[in-house]
Amino acid sequence: MPAVQETVEQVRSIDVDQYKYGFFTDIESEKAPKGLDEDTVRFISAKKNEPEWLLEWRLDAFRRWQTMQEPKWARVDYPAIPYQELYYYSAPKQKAGPKSIDEIDPEILATYEKLGIPLRERDALLGIESTGGSRVAVDAVFDSVSVATTFKEELAKAGVIFMPISEAVREHPELVKKYLGSVVPVTDNFFATLNSAVFSDGSFVYVPKGVRCPMELSTYFRINERNTGQFERTLIIADEGSYVSYLEGCTAPMRDENQLHAAVVELVALADAEIKYSTVQNWYPGDSQGKGGIFNFVTKRGDCRGDRSKISWTQVETGSAITWKYPSCILRGDNSQGEFYSIAISNGRQQVDSGTKMIHLGKNTSSRIISKGIAAGRSDNTYRGLVSAHRKATGARNFTNCDSLLIGDQCGAHTVPYIESKNSSAHFEHEATTSKISEDQLFYCRQRGLDPEEATALIVNGFVKDVLQQLPMEFAVEAQKLISVSLEGSVG
Amino acid sequence: MRTPAEQGLSGELKKLSATGGARIVALREAAAKAFNDNGLPHRRVEEWKYTDLRTLVREALPISTPAQSVVVEAHARLLVDTEVRRIVVANGAVVPELSGFADLEPGLSIQPLAQALAAGSDVVTRLGSLEPGRYDAVLALNTALAVDGVVIAVAPGTVIERPIHVAHVFSGKAAASFARNLVVLGEGASLTYAESFEGPEGAAYQVNSATEFVVADASSLDVVRVQEEGASAIHLSTLLFEVGKDVKLNAFGFTSGAAVSRTSLYARLIGADSAVSFNGALLLKDRQHADSTLFVDHQTTGCESRELFKHVLDDSSRGVFQGKIVVRQPAQKTDGRMMSRALILGDDAEMDNKPELEIFADDVACGHGATCGAIDDDLLFYLRARGIPLKEAQSLLVQAFVGEAIETVANDALRDALVERAETWLKARA
Repeated sequence: MPAVQETVEQVRSIDVDQYKYGFFTDIESEKAPKGLDEDTVRFISAKKNEPEWLLEWRLDAFRRWQTMQEPKWARVDYPAIPYQELYYYSAPKQKAGPKSIDEIDPEILATYEKLGIPLRERDALLGIESTGGSRVAVDAVFDSVSVATTFKEELAKAGVIFMPISEAVREHPELVKKYLGSVVPVTDNFFATLNSAVFSDGSFVYVPKGVRCPMELSTYFRINERNTGQFERTLIIADEGSYVSYLEGCTAPMRDENQLHAAVVELVALADAEIKYSTVQNWYPGDSQGKGGIFNFVTKRGDCRGDRSKISWTQVETGSAITWKYPSCILRGDNSQGEFYSIAISNGRQQVDSGTKMIHLGKNTSSRIISKGIAAGRSDNTYRGLVSAHRKATGARNFTNCDSLLIGDQCGAHTVPYIESKNSSAHFEHEATTSKISEDQLFYCRQRGLDPEEATALIVNGFVKDVLQQLPMEFAVEAQKLISVSLEGSVG
Repeated sequence: MRTPAEQGLSGELKKLSATGGARIVALREAAAKAFNDNGLPHRRVEEWKYTDLRTLVREALPISTPAQSVVVEAHARLLVDTEVRRIVVANGAVVPELSGFADLEPGLSIQPLAQALAAGSDVVTRLGSLEPGRYDAVLALNTALAVDGVVIAVAPGTVIERPIHVAHVFSGKAAASFARNLVVLGEGASLTYAESFEGPEGAAYQVNSATEFVVADASSLDVVRVQEEGASAIHLSTLLFEVGKDVKLNAFGFTSGAAVSRTSLYARLIGADSAVSFNGALLLKDRQHADSTLFVDHQTTGCESRELFKHVLDDSSRGVFQGKIVVRQPAQKTDGRMMSRALILGDDAEMDNKPELEIFADDVACGHGATCGAIDDDLLFYLRARGIPLKEAQSLLVQAFVGEAIETVANDALRDALVERAETWLKARA
């Protein structure tokens, strides 16, 4: 069923040409020399004042990366990335370690204000009070460094560690050493290995035993400098019986050249712990002719290491020229749970290849995948997912549902699920339905006096809700704005 | 690094047949070259991810020699009680004395491929025309090495009531046999075509069969396949369809044989408003491995495609289903539905499902589903509470499960024969 006019217009309103966050902050920055060799790795490590073991870890990754091939299996097509033409480290110039928010370059503060991210706790409180929501602690990452982390003290009171990973390396080396690379090994894939060699900043979260993190944690990533790549690394550890909800947002200036973003996110949930990880990805998608935009090659993986642990990924993907991203769960602990909720929208000439992996290893593990893809313009939108049950994963359960919608006749929507069951008691269900609105539902609504458009909108709202309602309040609003698109006819 | 099997096959490819005229010879040479360049597929080749022929095919066997017709007659058991016109192909060569070439219905022509090639028959111009535009090692070997098979042509408007059954039989020492068949339906023609595969239990022979179906506008074709090769055999087959407009096509495959089997099905829907369905029932046990890979290409408007595959996996068997529906940009109003269901009976059985959709048209209704799991405990309990022993209760449920796919066979006699094959399998299990 073709899209109705209203939908087409709504999609146009969020079209790539409408990118709001495309401004550039003119700020003096300090960069590593262009290109990538062992000296670049040493430079980054020295900049971050890292211990010897981490430098060795990076160098080992770099050496392995040189022997690896860029993966070609995804359904994305992009020009060769000039790895030697990029800057692997770029930081706004500032006095060493700002003590308080007032010492941060006002240009940067202004940038975040423009993006709607309050870095002053006072502002944050004011802003939030007026909307009546809860407070959110923010770690703001600008190019290669974290410029501010809010609510640190208050979190510390609860025992929660929330800081840039470069600081955590110095302050909590035992935790970092124990968990870094334990979910996404150094040699996991080409981009993860590159990240391991040159990662700059990102967030580190540790929630101690039995603690429910008192507020939402969030990181806001901003690429600003020209020709730089951003390689952030996030590590979240939820100790036994704890809970944390983490949000992530990203934007970048509009530029004609492509910029590389290769991040690694590792989540570790110990027994009875729960991690909820939400992303609103809004990197610059390039213009309508496909010029510019971020190449987003991200490795995100969660390890449900303990029994009864739970990891939930929610993502709203609207940006990036190329998206290559598969947030996954390793369900190692017995009775552990994994979830993946995704809305991926592609427009212009964007190419999205995203999905998830649910790897069932423990007994009675369960997973749920809900994916909604919307392709418009000349874009391609692919869902690629794996659900597998190991021989010992008795009682594994999975439910997968992926729907996609095409708006216009120049785009493509594709579904590539892999479902591998090695256990007779595993029960897997996969459906990629045509979510063409059922005639019955339409009839029901129209009987009650709604015109076809209204009826469609109503039903469609219910359709995306599956995913939207998984987002924390603070993000749901932003996400809704990004996708006020109706899905009245769709193809699996 | 080339495996011993690849080296052996390349050796065979040095002595290609020269029959069939320049075009066919060029096809054979191109296929041989493609194989020499690319070799056998392995798990890094996406379409063969779950069926790694480099490890599964360990050696290249010598090409089979014709078998004695008495021996073949003793071996040909499948569908013998069914009212059909039977053509017997033994070790890749037609056995005229066992085949019903006489008293053909008007408008029907059946001849051995070797004879058609030698005589330069018109119909042979379609041979090789359905090959997909990309490398498929199994098909390349078939194209290069098959010299016989069955060529069937049905004249426009002709309705053939009596099903034609091509019985492929293997007998003798382990060898590799290749057969190539061609079925051409004229406009408005109608045909039921069955093919079966069987062979001795102990011999580790290899069968590579390919059948091309040219299905012209407004025609109707039913295809039924029964693959019950011997337990140590390797069965590789390719089915190629070109479907015109307003066609009714219904293909069903029953698989319970061979140690390793793979069926690749390519269907090109080039005419509007056709309805096609490809279904299968696979009953596997021990360490059997069966791979069904489908590639349905919707090139034009208004076609409907249905796929339903049912796997029953006992012991340590492994079922693989890969189905891809491609809807190209002009193929608006396409209605495609693909379903794969697996019932896992054995603790060490494995099912790999990969249903894919690739869609470039916006006004379509496409979907796929895949499930796998054990027999529903509630249903078992219900039956057992009524005094039915466990194995029997399982059998009943399995029968019902595969029955849904077998039901799609339109021809009563063939359907009954298939139900009987499923029952035989279940009895052997109990």
